[in-house]
Amino acid sequence: MKKPIILKGKAIVLRNDTNEPIDDIDTDMIFHNKYLHITDINEMGQYAFDNLDGWKDFAKKTEKGAILILGANFGSGSSRQQAVDCFTALGVQALIAKSYGAIYKRNAINAGMPLLLAAIIDNISDIVTGDEIEVNLETGLIKNITKKKDYQAMGMSKVQMDIYLAGNLFDYAKGM
Amino acid sequence: MGQTVIEKIFSAHSKDEVKPGNIIWLDLDVRSARDFAGASVVMNLEKYYQNEENCEDKDKTVFTFDCVVPANNLGYAENQQTIRVFAREEGIRLFDSEWGIGSHILIEEGYSIPGSTVVGTDSHLNIMGCIGAFGQGMGDQDIAFGMKAGKTWFEVPPTMKVTIEGDLKAPCSAKDLTLAVIRKLTSKGALGKAIEFEGKAIDNLSLAGRITLSSMVTEMGGIVGFVPPNDEVISYCKKRARSDFTPYYAEEDAKYIEEVIVDISDLKPLIAKPFKPDNVVEVESLEKDNIHVESAFIGSCTNGRYEDMKIAVDMLKGKQVAENTVMKIVPATRTVLGDMIKNGDIQILFNARTVVSNPGCAGCASGQIGMTGKGEVQVSTGNRNFKGKQGSGLTYLCSPETVTASAIAGKIISPENL
Ligand code: SF4
Repeated sequence: MKKPIILKGKAIVLRNDTNEPIDDIDTDMIFHNKYLHITDINEMGQYAFDNLDGWKDFAKKTEKGAILILGANFGSGSSRQQAVDCFTALGVQALIAKSYGAIYKRNAINAGMPLLLAAIIDNISDIVTGDEIEVNLETGLIKNITKKKDYQAMGMSKVQMDIYLAGNLFDYAKGM
Repeated sequence: MGQTVIEKIFSAHSKDEVKPGNIIWLDLDVRSARDFAGASVVMNLEKYYQNEENCEDKDKTVFTFDCVVPANNLGYAENQQTIRVFAREEGIRLFDSEWGIGSHILIEEGYSIPGSTVVGTDSHLNIMGCIGAFGQGMGDQDIAFGMKAGKTWFEVPPTMKVTIEGDLKAPCSAKDLTLAVIRKLTSKGALGKAIEFEGKAIDNLSLAGRITLSSMVTEMGGIVGFVPPNDEVISYCKKRARSDFTPYYAEEDAKYIEEVIVDISDLKPLIAKPFKPDNVVEVESLEKDNIHVESAFIGSCTNGRYEDMKIAVDMLKGKQVAENTVMKIVPATRTVLGDMIKNGDIQILFNARTVVSNPGCAGCASGQIGMTGKGEVQVSTGNRNFKGKQGSGLTYLCSPETVTASAIAGKIISPENL
């Protein structure tokens, strides 16, 4: 199945009570270490963000095809792959953040999870959870269909695209 | 605009545009795995590439056993055996338990050469900066992919320049210089960056000294730290290289994200207190506390060269280690051990009442020479003193000179005051 370059879905925006992006969400808030023993990806979704104040019911709130809008330094902390896989399990299509923890970024790219950098994240407060948005992975253009407004993020690099289109890092190398 | 060292190395190993922040495909000259995580690499290769060739180039693929050698627990024994069988069946070079620390073996055996790209499961593989090569530690999935594909992806880091001003004067050595840099940068100072070291004291460092400095770039948070290769390094590598090489130097107008100066003109022997490598103070400042030393360790990938051993040997000639102190000496590799035997050093160390072991990580990885117990004070030439890394004791990091002086005195003491 050919993977799409333009993704369409419902935005879920992680902001706090004062409507600021939540920075420094670490891997323990995304997928707590008490669930580390879980290896079946289908089991992982239910625990996504269940250690992040205000977002513990994320698994119930989200829907298949959601696109997450995040803050700075997302996924800092340990090297756990489950912190990426739990989103895949819930059918999350892509992540858009101001910046990522270095290992998290590696893990997400290797797993074929589209991940975009958007320096303007602080200024896109007019995307709210529930808005219908469209993301072009190649150009980085984000369209808010509900509000009819566009934003520019950074497009994915060629390498990231290669791995995403192949499925994941291991599939990319198949038959090489 | 001119390129920095890492940009030049990457440009020679990639078709993509090399500039900081870009993610590029990087050709790998050496793909290695050690006894730690190596078995997982093997399992990934077998799982994902069952019915196909699992290595792009076997001559560029290497396994080493360095952490716990020979294996003294079942976990390591099983993992090593998994690797052993795989390597034998696939015809991949394995440096088994007698050889020593993998990163040093890669240099000694001419796999790592100036300008090359080297990856492995050792988080201190950025030590390759000591010969002007790019090295990087990675997880087992990344390394399995690297072995299969012969390349990996990497985000080009920005480069910072660290200039050392002043001369390095005895009894200070490369470790004191390194600790001075860590004191200045702290454990986050080089986060996500490549470092280029510069200055007369850097030019004058021997290969062993360069190894000490670049092996602790991890503790500065850096991706890799380059020491520009001098004639000594180039001729050392030429004698061993398995292929031709080009050393790379930064261009005049290369762009640095940050420039830091570390002045060592008044440097005194330094020591990092538990439990952080950047918890650095002057050794002398601890003397009044009369800290009794139970364990003194010389070795690890940071200070395991012959030069480091020789410091201990010369200081211990005709002397003995203090009565209530155990001194453990572990050469990094077989070659270092061989030189110690040839030169009669072992006799001196024996007379001085030290424990000398076969090469490997040993004291640094809770390997063949054991660990520390609760409350046990250890002075070590290693690179990390995190809680629990070498048992439950208290590890202080310092130079071979300070370790030996403290072993002789039985308490933490600067070599100046022995
Ligand atoms: S000596 Fe320590 S830091 Fe160096 S490679 Fe071995 S375990 Fe890692």
